[in-house]
Amino acid sequence: MVASTDSTVRPRAVFARVRAVLRICTGSFRDLIPIIVVVAFFQIVVLQQPFPNLDRVIVGLVFVVVGLSLFVQGLQIGLFPLGESMAHAFARKGSLIALLAFAFCLGFGTTVAEPALIAVAAKAGEVAGAAGFIGDSEPARNEYALQLRLTVAVSVGLALVLGVFRILKGWPVHYLIIGGYILVIVMTGFAPPEIVGIAYDSGGVTTSTITVPLVAALGVGLATVIRGRTPLLDGFGLIALASLTPIVFVLVFGMVV
Amino acid sequence: MTILIDTVEVALGTLVDVAPIAAILIGFQFLVLRRPIANLRRVIAGFAYVLVGLTLFLVGLREALFPLGESMAEQLTAAPLARGGDTSWLDFGWVYAFAAAIGFATAVAEPALIAVSLKAQDVSGGAVSARGLRIAVAVGVAVGVALGTLRIVTGTPLPYFIIAGYVAVILLTMRCRREIIPLAFDSGGVTTSTVTVPVLAALGLGLASAIPGRSPLLDGFGLIAFACLFPIMSVMGYAAVVEWMRRPGRQHRHGAKSGAKEEEVP
Repeated sequence: MVASTDSTVRPRAVFARVRAVLRICTGSFRDLIPIIVVVAFFQIVVLQQPFPNLDRVIVGLVFVVVGLSLFVQGLQIGLFPLGESMAHAFARKGSLIALLAFAFCLGFGTTVAEPALIAVAAKAGEVAGAAGFIGDSEPARNEYALQLRLTVAVSVGLALVLGVFRILKGWPVHYLIIGGYILVIVMTGFAPPEIVGIAYDSGGVTTSTITVPLVAALGVGLATVIRGRTPLLDGFGLIALASLTPIVFVLVFGMVV
Repeated sequence: MTILIDTVEVALGTLVDVAPIAAILIGFQFLVLRRPIANLRRVIAGFAYVLVGLTLFLVGLREALFPLGESMAEQLTAAPLARGGDTSWLDFGWVYAFAAAIGFATAVAEPALIAVSLKAQDVSGGAVSARGLRIAVAVGVAVGVALGTLRIVTGTPLPYFIIAGYVAVILLTMRCRREIIPLAFDSGGVTTSTVTVPVLAALGLGLASAIPGRSPLLDGFGLIAFACLFPIMSVMGYAAVVEWMRRPGRQHRHGAKSGAKEEEVP
């Protein structure tokens, strides 16, 4: 029963499938039209230059369209259902500790290896070295970058723990966010200016393309299962917290180190 | 040939990205939940689609768009300086226009934003349209990035803008319908991912190193923060506009607050 119907498809089903694939590809292409228009406009009208390697650009665009279509399809059949079924399973199990541990691991594990974060942390190491916070040597910079990455990863883990707890309790998310903003504003006054830009940016780089759908599905799934919670009001907000806590933690990190 | 090497490289990178997620999911599924995953085949197929899709997407961007975008950012910032003489912030008009346009365009194509907007449309029963939400977010990113480049050009300290932005968000939050608040805050975080971050980083660092008196390390940062902050406001604004357009007559205007409260009850 679980077996996929792939091996027994009929021609009509194949046609339906091809049509569905084409429809998704058209949608993805529509998403890319703005980029194409912007790049073409600036290249031709503003910079007044011919397109270099037009063939490469076109091959690249085909890759992008197919890639985006597959990604969206994968979301619908894989990531969303998985996130939701895990939310249901945790709710059935009824163990708060297990759920919060899962939230922490998901946040920490997906952030610590995030390429964008590694890049920002390495840059931060350079800034700190140049500003004289740490010895201006290779090991000192790497050490600083690693500590910063761990700080951000822990902060994202804690953000998801707090966010899941909030869904269970039904607290409005904006109290937490506004409280966080006020904390950030106050701490900006005390943190060394060199770290402030990095801190603000670190909030944005933590949530990767694969984490976001899982986390969104988890939150919405939990809010659907728990009585008295509405998915729209309580299910969202995890990503917001995960983008805010790194700012706070990196500012603290900048003051301490 | 390079495209093949690039593909393998990106595929490995994406795998490394997914490995910890897969390990955590599998670990909790088997050790804590101790139950088989429903529709395991579909889920595995979905993960494979996501992996292959993301890889192709990134390779395509690297081949087609990133090199062009980066060279454009360089040329646009270099042009006003090449004319010589004193440059004021007004000379960088095309830079702001490019920043806004590329911010909008990359946000529309951002896969993480697509994911959240699909979820939002699903959950709200269509009251929040996926396309409308994405366009609202993209407008926010456009405004944010344009202001961010203006800040790099003028050299205004970053905290002024960000703190003013936070205050604006707090004020808007108080006036806004409660249903949209969590979604608006989430939109801030999801806009900056695979597509937007590399382009913005190139733009910010290029601009900061081209303009005399700016340090790429100090001033190059901050564009991502702008791109995260402004979508929160634009999504709240979008919600207000949608609500206003759906309202049949102005006479209901005073009922707005109590109306919002009634609708909170599921």
